[in-house]
Amino acid sequence: MSSKEEVLILDFWGSPFCMRVKIALNEKGVGYESREENLFGGKSELLLSSNPIYQKVPVLLHNGKPLSESSIIVDYINETWPSPPLLPSCPYEKAQAKFWVDFIDKKVFEAGGNIWRSNGEALEQAKQEFIEILKQLEEVLGDSDFFGGKAFGFVDIIAIPLTSWFLAYEKFGGFKVEDHCPKFSAWIKRCLQRDTVAKAIPDSEKVYELVAQLRKMNGIE
Amino acid sequence: MAEEVILLDVLLSMFGARVRIALAEKEVKYENKEQNLSDKSPLLLEMNPIHKKIPVLIHNGKPVCESLIIVEYIDNVWQRKAPLLPTDPYQRSQARFWADFVDKKLYVAGNKVLTITTKGEEQETAKKEFLDTLKMLEAELGDKPYFGGESFGFVDIALVGFYSWFHAYETFGNFSVEAECPKLIAWAKRCMEKESVSKSLPDQKTVYEYVVQVRKKFGIE
Repeated sequence: MSSKEEVLILDFWGSPFCMRVKIALNEKGVGYESREENLFGGKSELLLSSNPIYQKVPVLLHNGKPLSESSIIVDYINETWPSPPLLPSCPYEKAQAKFWVDFIDKKVFEAGGNIWRSNGEALEQAKQEFIEILKQLEEVLGDSDFFGGKAFGFVDIIAIPLTSWFLAYEKFGGFKVEDHCPKFSAWIKRCLQRDTVAKAIPDSEKVYELVAQLRKMNGIE
Repeated sequence: MAEEVILLDVLLSMFGARVRIALAEKEVKYENKEQNLSDKSPLLLEMNPIHKKIPVLIHNGKPVCESLIIVEYIDNVWQRKAPLLPTDPYQRSQARFWADFVDKKLYVAGNKVLTITTKGEEQETAKKEFLDTLKMLEAELGDKPYFGGESFGFVDIALVGFYSWFHAYETFGNFSVEAECPKLIAWAKRCMEKESVSKSLPDQKTVYEYVVQVRKKFGIE
């Protein structure tokens, strides 16, 4: 006798933050409905009332109760549907995983943003910083298959959607991640082989077109 | 088994305060090592090579960084006393959301108030942003004794360290927190009745004098 679960994501196809939530639910085998928001046209009433503080996607509505902030949502998904576990049970290792989630949240998307938003000298600087961050993450990965070790986990879920924007960074920045960070590239490919991940991540070419559009909107040549 | 708990800390830091309070709530014995951030110790650089910041908790030689991650770690390790986070996953997500809000919004808004150079429009903008943020927190508190409800918990710990900085914010921002957010002041005083809080926070005068000194050093009038 199971009660009907209502799991709804307020979504935007190009948002890596929304992709995180979908991957986490896929990993847990939880079915969900996703409702696309028009971030350029007008945010829905439901979005504005569910996330009054930030008015951003993703929002997860679980049986009507709203949650925002993607890393916090993934944490909630992990605690609500415990199997398979996305975080280690050992408190120290859990803290380390959360540290790297926080690092990735603070650094990667902003560094990538600095690439597509700039030109000339600023662009060169942005590229260097971005590559340094990926190299740091490569060190953390070491020789493991995933940031979670043998098993795909929380840190992998937080990081992999951000890579859907990498083609755009590479094209606007004139570089290839694989040339500088081969281990990181290998990890990306390994994650994309998982069905739970692949079906949540859009084509990089589509994301590239989105970023090109954003550049135009921001008046960047 | 002998536990070795060391905290790399700075007395005036609202982030360090969080860890002091959590350890006090759990009645954990530890050694506090005050750091000089203008001349960072080899121990700090070794234990937090990524951010080089305090607080750092060193538990049996292993470092944990980022204040909210440390507080969760403390809650996971020392489970016998004073639970800091609720057990229900949704309530946990809400606690994490509001603690994250304090980090994302209040700290940044507070710094803008403290570095005000010219009176007039700049001061008004910074003051409004800061007070709007406090009001959102006051709304979240509502009529509850603590953010966690009946018991002192995670969000209370995340926020109460900022109370030491109120006199400085009020002076440079030219406002009174009590006049704008009386419920929040009542909450802060309620928290200060707890020994774990009152013994962990510096007094407002010390903080104010420190800010005066820093402003002078950076030539902010």
